[in-house]
Amino acid sequence: MTERRSRGLLRLAPPLTLGLMAAPVLAGVAGTALPALRDGAAAFATLAQWPGLPRAAALSLGTGLAATALSLLLTILILAAFAGTPTFARIRRMIAPLLSVPHAAAALGLAFLIAPSGWIARALSPWLTGWDQPPNLLILNDPYGLSLTLGLIAKELPFLLLMALAALPQIDADRRLTAAATLGYGRIAGFCLTTLPALYAQLRLPVYAVLAYGMTVVDMAMILGPSLPPTLSTQIVLWMAEASLMQRDTAAAAALLQLALVLAALGCWRLMEMAARRALVALAFHGQRRTRLDRPAATLALTATVVTAGSLTLGLAGLALWSFAGLWQFPNALPTGLTLRTWMTAWPSLTATLTTTLAIATLATLAALALTLACLQAEAQLRLTPTSRALTLLYLPLLVPQVAFLPGLQVLAFSTGIEGTAAAVAASHLIFVLPYVFLSLAGPFRAWDNRIAISAATLGASPTRIFWRLRLPMLLAPVLTAAAVGLSVSVGQYLPTLLIGGGRIETLTTEAVALSSGGNRRLIGAYAMLQLALPAMAFGAALALPALLWRNRRAMRGLA
Amino acid sequence: MTGTLEMQGLKITLGDRTLVDLTITIPAGQIVTIMGPSGSGKSTALAALTGTLAPGFRMSGRILMNGKDITALPTRARNIGLMFQDAVLFPHLSVGHNLAFGLPPHIRGRVARQARVDQALTSAGLSGFAPRDPATLSGGQKARVALLRTLLAEPCALLLDEPFSRLDTDLRAQFRSFVFDRAAQAGIPTLLITHDSDDARAAGGPVLNPLGKALLP
Repeated sequence: MTERRSRGLLRLAPPLTLGLMAAPVLAGVAGTALPALRDGAAAFATLAQWPGLPRAAALSLGTGLAATALSLLLTILILAAFAGTPTFARIRRMIAPLLSVPHAAAALGLAFLIAPSGWIARALSPWLTGWDQPPNLLILNDPYGLSLTLGLIAKELPFLLLMALAALPQIDADRRLTAAATLGYGRIAGFCLTTLPALYAQLRLPVYAVLAYGMTVVDMAMILGPSLPPTLSTQIVLWMAEASLMQRDTAAAAALLQLALVLAALGCWRLMEMAARRALVALAFHGQRRTRLDRPAATLALTATVVTAGSLTLGLAGLALWSFAGLWQFPNALPTGLTLRTWMTAWPSLTATLTTTLAIATLATLAALALTLACLQAEAQLRLTPTSRALTLLYLPLLVPQVAFLPGLQVLAFSTGIEGTAAAVAASHLIFVLPYVFLSLAGPFRAWDNRIAISAATLGASPTRIFWRLRLPMLLAPVLTAAAVGLSVSVGQYLPTLLIGGGRIETLTTEAVALSSGGNRRLIGAYAMLQLALPAMAFGAALALPALLWRNRRAMRGLA
Repeated sequence: MTGTLEMQGLKITLGDRTLVDLTITIPAGQIVTIMGPSGSGKSTALAALTGTLAPGFRMSGRILMNGKDITALPTRARNIGLMFQDAVLFPHLSVGHNLAFGLPPHIRGRVARQARVDQALTSAGLSGFAPRDPATLSGGQKARVALLRTLLAEPCALLLDEPFSRLDTDLRAQFRSFVFDRAAQAGIPTLLITHDSDDARAAGGPVLNPLGKALLP
């Protein structure tokens, strides 16, 4: 390819990628809106008659807002109390692996832990509780969505914490905190007054994504959330699964309502942000050092971290144990024997599902990597500056609720005849994989030492050669990490697989969620284990491969 | 011993290399300079005084403030003011709020605090600057605000970490005398960290390298 043609193609990469993000979202919302609005918006009248509507809408708002606020609060508390201390490294090690746990697996693990017949109840029975039967308590699927909120926090806290960690060096946090400390400020007061406003500016879009996701999550809500009525998004999916056209129109109307609810919640959140910022600035004027806050805040942060991370880890360990369990009667804390029977019986269907899942994830991840690298290389080679509007567009698929645009996309996929193919499912996964791959890779790519490119260019190397022979090999570790992120995002997708796959494409996640309503804990455990294993192996490879390849290159080690 | 900052056999090693070896008493109102090229251990000495020494360094000896051992205290409890190479003004706060942030809480009430802030700004030739965005200030103005913020906190000692190195030559001499005047007015022990012998000479006090050797007469 000539130099000029490659430059021309490269120039197309950023608009093409942003188009690939925005177009399906916008087309999908339009496709959802059409059936909702036909016959003089009759579907809205039907929706209004559903007696569960106020409660379903309130649950969506309540669980989403509570999970987001608590995750953010905990993130801030952990950073404020421990940033720069040895405890912080321990917290990070405890929390970072949880990021790659798919939402459905996390929910199944928690469900097993806290259910009336779960591990906690077993561990305390009968010696403390006196139960020799599982008690008739509504702990799981509680009507207030508390277990759903806990599940969301356990998944969103790692995400926000890692996004914040990436942002801290950019805002000169170390020196701001030292300045506050030398002026006598406590850790919490110093962090909130000097560093939080700048940190939050970097964290805003991830927080919005968490809020939009938390309000509309379906797989977690099916496993942990209330059922009569369920959250609004869950009800939409239930309606969509019905055969009748009227139910589908009601679903479309509810999807538009859900979109409006998310937009309203984002608006309220924005107002609260502004109020909080004003309050912080006003507080800074009064010079209160608040050193007495530090100790209780540290205790609270540590306890909350151990509880959320610990419950998730324990729950997943419990699932793993179930998949190997022989007889395990209530209230025994441990199974009476271990067996491979579950795995042997289920192996043929497990491998088939595993292969489909892996194929879809690989396809989506490779496409996302190619587009991301093309965009970043275009940015570097053509000296484009990324705008904040482009960043918002990149976040669009994470901000617009999935239930608001996937139904429209499903209609589109159906009418073009690609519905129910693995390629179509992979394409729908790409919409969600790409933002995460981009966010993961952009930092290391932009931080690459450009003097290497300049010195290569003075030796006569073309930009193409510099990219393939220098930049890409040197960025191997971050590229593989981004690939692992992409893979785990794809493995965890529930709604796109269900809707665009038309129920005919089965992945580990859709199978695990489908099984969750039945009682076969052994089989659920097996599916959840594989859901965990795929991202874990991907992240393992992302660590091991560069270490192996660069074993004789000291300066390349630890470059991730 | 009131108004003194002492380092008694303060020794810091990294591996088998000794970076800092200091025994000094800085009386109130005096400036002692620690001078050395980059990597010579002067930032390490500073980190030991502020209590921000990274793990991996080994430290022995004592640091005393007004006779009280502060070696093991956290940064926030030491009451040692620090001025960085850059101003490190908080960009989301106005100039006045930046200064009020340093002002101790025992000065109560909005009116009283604002009055102290305005008074400090006027004394530094910056009257009317309170509502300004720190980003709109010149380098010299930012540096003056940063020093004011540090001193408004009423520290028991002042540490200056290369505070002049980012300023142009003509501004440098002017700002240097501003800093030294202020430190003398505050009547507290001051430690200057620099690599520049002009700065060291202008400070007028004893000049040592990080290993305690006297450099200038």
